[in-house]
Amino acid sequence: MPIITYRDALNEALREEMERDPDVFLMGEEVGVYQGAYKVSRGLLEAFGERRVIDTPIAELGFAGVGVGAAMVGLRPVIEFMTWNFALLAIDQVVNSAAKMSYMSGGQIRMPIVFRGPGGAALQLAAQHSQAFESWYAHIPGLKVVAPATPYDAKGLLKTAIRDNNPVVFLEGEMLYNTKGEVPEEEYTIPIGHADVKREGGDVTLVCHSKTVAIALKAADRLAEELQVSAEVLDLRSIRPLDVEAIVASVEKTNRCVIVEEGWPFCGVGAQVVDEIQREAFDALDAPVLRVTGEDVPMPYNKNLERAAKPNPDKVIAAVRRVAYLD
Amino acid sequence: MVTKVLMEALSPTMEEGKLLTWLKKEGDQVSNGDVLAEVETDKAVMELQARGAGVLRRIVAAEGATVEVGSVVGIIADAGEELPDLPQAGAPRARPTADKAAAAGPAAATPAAPPPAAAPAPAPAGGGRIKASPLARRMASERGLDLSRLAGSGPGGRIVKRDVEEGAAAPAPTAAAATGGFEDVELSQIRKTIARRLVASLGPIPHFFLTTEVDMERAAIAREELNALEAGPRISFNDIILKVVAQALVQHRACNAWWMDDRIRYFDDVHLSMAVAVEDGLITPVIRNAHRKSLREIATESRALAERARERRLTPEEYTGGTFSVSNLGMFDIDQFTAVINPPEAGIIAVGSIVERPVLVDGELEARRRMRLTMSCDHRVIDGATGAQFLQTVKRMLENPLAMVW
Repeated sequence: MPIITYRDALNEALREEMERDPDVFLMGEEVGVYQGAYKVSRGLLEAFGERRVIDTPIAELGFAGVGVGAAMVGLRPVIEFMTWNFALLAIDQVVNSAAKMSYMSGGQIRMPIVFRGPGGAALQLAAQHSQAFESWYAHIPGLKVVAPATPYDAKGLLKTAIRDNNPVVFLEGEMLYNTKGEVPEEEYTIPIGHADVKREGGDVTLVCHSKTVAIALKAADRLAEELQVSAEVLDLRSIRPLDVEAIVASVEKTNRCVIVEEGWPFCGVGAQVVDEIQREAFDALDAPVLRVTGEDVPMPYNKNLERAAKPNPDKVIAAVRRVAYLD
Repeated sequence: MVTKVLMEALSPTMEEGKLLTWLKKEGDQVSNGDVLAEVETDKAVMELQARGAGVLRRIVAAEGATVEVGSVVGIIADAGEELPDLPQAGAPRARPTADKAAAAGPAAATPAAPPPAAAPAPAPAGGGRIKASPLARRMASERGLDLSRLAGSGPGGRIVKRDVEEGAAAPAPTAAAATGGFEDVELSQIRKTIARRLVASLGPIPHFFLTTEVDMERAAIAREELNALEAGPRISFNDIILKVVAQALVQHRACNAWWMDDRIRYFDDVHLSMAVAVEDGLITPVIRNAHRKSLREIATESRALAERARERRLTPEEYTGGTFSVSNLGMFDIDQFTAVINPPEAGIIAVGSIVERPVLVDGELEARRRMRLTMSCDHRVIDGATGAQFLQTVKRMLENPLAMVW
C-alpha cells in the first residue's frame, strides 16, 4: 500500500471528488496560484481551472458567505480557511447561515458545504494563532465536525464530507500535514460518526482525536513498557456526531478512561465525552474519568511555556496512573 | 490537608474499639504510619497508625472511650489549617445493645465456636457511607460480597476493582491467608448439588459428626518418658494430639480444606487452629506449618500462643488462616462433645478427657486410659467415609505414638 503524507491524502480526496462531481469546487486564500498555504491544493488549479479553484481576497466572512450561497443553489463548495484561527471572522456564516439553513427552510434548502483548514497549535504561533476550536463548532446543532489524525482517515473522511448534504467543519493540523501513513490506491470512504481503535488495550481507554492520537499512542507505548498497563487508544475521528457506542464499549472493557485533547478544558470535547460515559457506562467505571487538555491559558509564545501548555505523553501517563490507582 | 483519624477495624470482627492510650498528644508532628494510639479490640491490643502527615491537631476520643469502627477519634492537619466540624467526643452513633447480646448469646452457649477466622476487616468507613467505585459496587453485588467487609485501597479508602477481586480471592485481606501451595478444585455438579441440598436441610454449614474412642495408654507412657527427659518444654496430651492431627492431615488432604462457596481449596500445608478459652470468649490461634514442626516445637508454640491469647496480645495474623481446628475440653472432665466448625475450614476435632475405663484386651478385662475424639465435618467438603478414614489415621497414630516420627 502506498505511504503518503496527510497533505497528499487530502489533495487526493479533493482531486478525486472534483473529478467525480463537477459541482465540487475549492475556494479560499492562496488555494490556486500559490497552491495552498500548506500545499494541500497542489496541482488543482492546473487540473480544474479558475472556475473550480478560486483564489479569494483576505476576507473570510465574504468568501464563506459566497460558499454558503453557492451551496444553497446546489453546488458543493469546499471552503479552505488558511487556519481556523482566521475562520473566527467567518463564524457568522458558519453558525448562523450554514448550520441553520436546512432547519429554517423546513428542509427545502440543503447545505452541502465543507469548511476545512488546520486547527490547533503548531509551533510558536502565539496566543491568537494556536487555538483548537472543535468544541465551538461541535456545540452547534446542524454542523458535523470531523478531525482526522491519519492520512488514511483524512482522505476517507474528506471524501465523505464533500458528499454530505450538510455543512461539515473539517479540522486538519499544521503539524499533521507532513505525517505519513498508508493510503490505498483504490477508492474508499469513511463514514462520519465512527471512532476507530488505533491500539487495543485492556486497562485504560485513551480517548483522543487529531494530533492527540499520536500523543496517546506514545503514552500507550510507554505505559506498556514502564508500567505494564495496557492502554486502548480510541480515536474519535468525528467529534459530532460522537461515537458514543464505541466509547462505551471500550470503557466497559477497560473500566477506566483518560481523554486527551488539544483544546481548553472548560466545555471542551472531553467534557462531553465524560458526560456520555458517566451516563452510559456508570457501572463500568472503576475511577473518575480524567482529562488531559491544553492548559487553561492563552497559548504562550515562549517555547518552554508553550511546551508546558500543550498535552504530552507525560501528562497522559500521570493521569493514567491516577485512574489505575498506581500512585 | 486534613486527615481524619478513624477508629479502624483492627481485627476481622471488630465493631468498636476502646482507646487505651494516646501515644501522641495534640500539637505533635506526625508522619504517615506513625503509631498514634493503642486500641483494645475485641481480641487484642493493637496499634492505630496515622494515615496522613501533619500535626495531630485534635484528639476527639479521650483515653478510655469506646468508639465504633469508622468514627473520628482525632484530626491530623497542617498547622493553622481550618478544621472541619467534628462529631462530639465519645458520642459515636448509637447502636441497640440488644444486637450485642444476641451476637454474644450463641457463641457463649456453644462449646467450641471459634471466631470466624476469615472475616475480612471492614473498610474504615467515614460517616457510615462506604466509598466504592461504581464498578466495584456492581462486582461486589454480582459476587455476593459485602462491601463493608472489604478494605479500600483507593484514595480516601475507596473500594476499587482490585479490592473486590482480591476480596473474592482471599477471604481475609487484612489477615494472613493460609500460606504455602494449594489447589483450587472447581465444583462438580454433584458436589454443587450436595452442597445446595445439605445447606438447605441443615443450616449454613451442614455438620455431621464422627466419634471414636482412642486408647491413650501408649501415648501416656510416651508422654511421661518424654517429660522425664530434662530438656525442653513439658509435653501435654494436647500437644501430642495437635502433632498427630497435623501429621494425619498431610495424609488426608481432603480434610485440610476450605469451603469457598464456588470452589474447595485443598491445602498442601497444615495450619492448625487451636481453640483457646479466654476471658469472655475463645479464640483460635494458629500453629503454622504444624506438619513440619516437632512435638517440642508444637509444645513451645502452643503454650506461647495460648498465653498471648489470654493476654489478648494476638495479632490478626496469629489467629487467622488456619486450615483445620482442634478444640479440647478434656481438662473440664468432658467425655465427649461436638465442636462447631470454624469456617471456611471444613473440619474440627473435639477432644474429650482421658479417663480410665474397663476394656477387654485379648479377652482380659483391663483398666485402660481412653479418650474420645469427635470430628465435626462440613459435608459440602468432607463425606462420611473421607472423615472416617482421616479419624482412623488419627486414632492409629495416637495408639502408636511412634507414628509421630514416622
